[in-house]
Amino acid sequence: MFPRIVYESFRRQARRKLLAGIAITLGVAVATAMIAVATDIGDKINRELRSYGANLVVTPQEDTLDVEVGGVNLKPPSDGAFLNEADLPKIRGTFWHHNIVGFSPMLPVRVKVGSDARDVTLLGTYFNKALSFGKDDFTTGVRITHPWWKVSCGDGKESANCSWPDDNSQNVLLGERLAAKLGKRPGDTIEISGRRLTISGIVSTGGAEDDQIVAPLAVAQDILGKPGAVRRVYVSAMTKPPDALSVRDPKTMTPEVYDRWYCSPYVESIAYQLQEVIPHSHAEQIRQVAQNEGTVLSRIKGLILLITFAALFASALAVSAAMATAIYERRVEVGLMKALGAGNLAVSAIFFAEALLLALVGGVAGFSVGALLARQIGRSIFNSQISIEPVLFPVIIAIAVFVTFAGSAAAIRRAVKFDPVFALRGEG
Amino acid sequence: MMSSIPGALLTPKQVADRRVPAPHTSMFARMLLRAAVLRRRRAASALLAMMVAAAVATAMMNLYVDVQAKLRTEFRNYGANVIIVAKEGQGLPGDALARVESVLGAKTLAVPFAYAVARIKGGQSDGQSVVVVGTDFARARQLNHWWKVSHWPGAPNEVLVGMRAATVVSPKTGPNRQPFELTFQGKAIELAPAGMLQTGAGEDSRIYLDQSEFQNWTGVAPSTIEIAANGTAAEVETSIRQLAQLLPSADVRPVRQIMEGEANVLNKTRATLYASATLVVLTSALCVLATLIGWVFDRRRDFAIMKALGASERLVNGFFAAEAAALGVVGALLGFVIGIGVAAWIGRVNFHAPVVPRFSVFPYVLAGSVAVALISAVLPIVLLRRVQPAIILRGE
Repeated sequence: MFPRIVYESFRRQARRKLLAGIAITLGVAVATAMIAVATDIGDKINRELRSYGANLVVTPQEDTLDVEVGGVNLKPPSDGAFLNEADLPKIRGTFWHHNIVGFSPMLPVRVKVGSDARDVTLLGTYFNKALSFGKDDFTTGVRITHPWWKVSCGDGKESANCSWPDDNSQNVLLGERLAAKLGKRPGDTIEISGRRLTISGIVSTGGAEDDQIVAPLAVAQDILGKPGAVRRVYVSAMTKPPDALSVRDPKTMTPEVYDRWYCSPYVESIAYQLQEVIPHSHAEQIRQVAQNEGTVLSRIKGLILLITFAALFASALAVSAAMATAIYERRVEVGLMKALGAGNLAVSAIFFAEALLLALVGGVAGFSVGALLARQIGRSIFNSQISIEPVLFPVIIAIAVFVTFAGSAAAIRRAVKFDPVFALRGEG
Repeated sequence: MMSSIPGALLTPKQVADRRVPAPHTSMFARMLLRAAVLRRRRAASALLAMMVAAAVATAMMNLYVDVQAKLRTEFRNYGANVIIVAKEGQGLPGDALARVESVLGAKTLAVPFAYAVARIKGGQSDGQSVVVVGTDFARARQLNHWWKVSHWPGAPNEVLVGMRAATVVSPKTGPNRQPFELTFQGKAIELAPAGMLQTGAGEDSRIYLDQSEFQNWTGVAPSTIEIAANGTAAEVETSIRQLAQLLPSADVRPVRQIMEGEANVLNKTRATLYASATLVVLTSALCVLATLIGWVFDRRRDFAIMKALGASERLVNGFFAAEAAALGVVGALLGFVIGIGVAAWIGRVNFHAPVVPRFSVFPYVLAGSVAVALISAVLPIVLLRRVQPAIILRGE
């Protein structure tokens, strides 16, 4: 009899059940989408924060002082120590290599340019160099680590003729202010230390590079006469905001604490690991970038988390409102059942069974709609997938059932308590 | 005797006179009020739904507007977003800093920097070059929050020494670093390291000295002013244009790294916030719709009785619409107050600064609440209009 009542209730009141079901589906969908966004937002914003550029720099251990004013390095060219370019792919071998978005080696060289033989810095670097470490093929360079560098034909115009040079070519980029001073345009050649290099574009960075020449690393090494030399390496890594553990000195840690520190993507531990893989190097965080991203990240994460709570609250309320309405409308039915001798327990059981069915069906439908919604948000805002943890599914279903029950409970209690005589007479 | 039967001896005129003191509209108002009082449970639950929806919408709109401003102040911790550099071979005018502040207002941070290459005198690194920078320590400290400084200089001839510069000019021998001597164009000066500076960038190789002492020693005026300009991207652009007009002898340029990074992160956050706020507001509107439709549908007997007693279609529609509108207005008012509170709480918890209440969102919340209430009242009425009152009254 019990299953039949429930079944008939769904069959005969299909439209009302559909309304309640839609409310549950929508509520669960919004909850799922918001939870998915909230759990993934940290990772997504962390990636976006990389547009501020590198947060770590690796320099030779016994480096001499930089004597640099306004982007011009006054240090004698062969002075100081160098890193070995061949060591760089090892960066992909560190523990947190998945968090390392990219790296760019830099080799500034002083050259004389133009008829008045003015001193200009030529900066050798990777643009988008294909490298491999073990079986791992990847590309890296300033196009990844310095996303604000823009290449144009000068005057801000873009064209197919003006592009990033190839890393294996003899083509260079001219900083926009230097180009204006020299009166050079893309396609022209420039003579540097007896080499004729073709200008493939004008680079605008808003920094010291606007007064420099940016060339493939190999060209700079060739001019300097030191193959394989790199002055410093900028590394862009996704990090965890600093906390009490991150700032401790690894030398004073107990082995367990050390393991925990080593296996957390703190900017300090990534710097430590970079020093391990690159011989004779000193890795340090660029505090301007590294210290601020933690605050920004935690603010945005906290904000989305609080909004998620608001979303959960609103959807819970929507579901319980829909359930309460659906039950309130069926007082006559309750009256009839009670007049025929049904106990409070039996009547409540019917309602709860119906609520359970609705919650399960609505929960499953809502979860899939919510997953689609989250994916859409991820694609349209972050151009990447928002992944939904499979663990979320049982949690969401459990929440859906709980909220549906909680929302129905008060209405069921009132319906059961209602005097059947009044209900049958239609007074209420 | 007969007068004890009310109305029996009254002429139709008298009856009409007696009715006049009770105006026709009062019946309408009384019905509205009684409906709310008699079914207070159902009315309260409808009002609650309305209130929550209005509160959530208010909080979301408040946050959406305010959070962007809040995040922008967080982004200013990244330091200068505009930089003024003297053109080659020229210095900045002496009053450049004052002029910059007059344009941008006192709230904007502007920090002057002057550079010179000095030589180390004496010690192991005699004759080596080192960059010395003259600046205003108080301002630099406010602008560059990320500078890790062990101790800021206060006394005359005290300097801030970059980590790497320190190993050359004043290697650590005892507990305190030793004073050292520098020369610039033959003029010597003795400086005492007050603290170490660590940034991970070019600053580590430099020595920072107070601007006036620096100028007394070298005679070099500031060549660079770093500015943290507040406001939206468009406002910063305007500031840059103003500054360029003000200082034609200098290059005023945006720090693209900072500006573009900020724009990027802010846009993504705003879009996420917008999407979530829309979802939340839609869900709560749905909640109201579901509750109110149930509420109005429940009262189909009132509707039938009114029609059976001869009420016109317009009157019945008007009655239900007025009821819904009243609910919408009251819900919006209460919800607005709660929503402001929620937004303020979120601001305090997350940004440690209250979210300023924005009363400009109230018209939107009010209009939205009334619209949702009207829709949910009209929908069931349209459905009921086709049904004969008799059928409803028979309870079918």
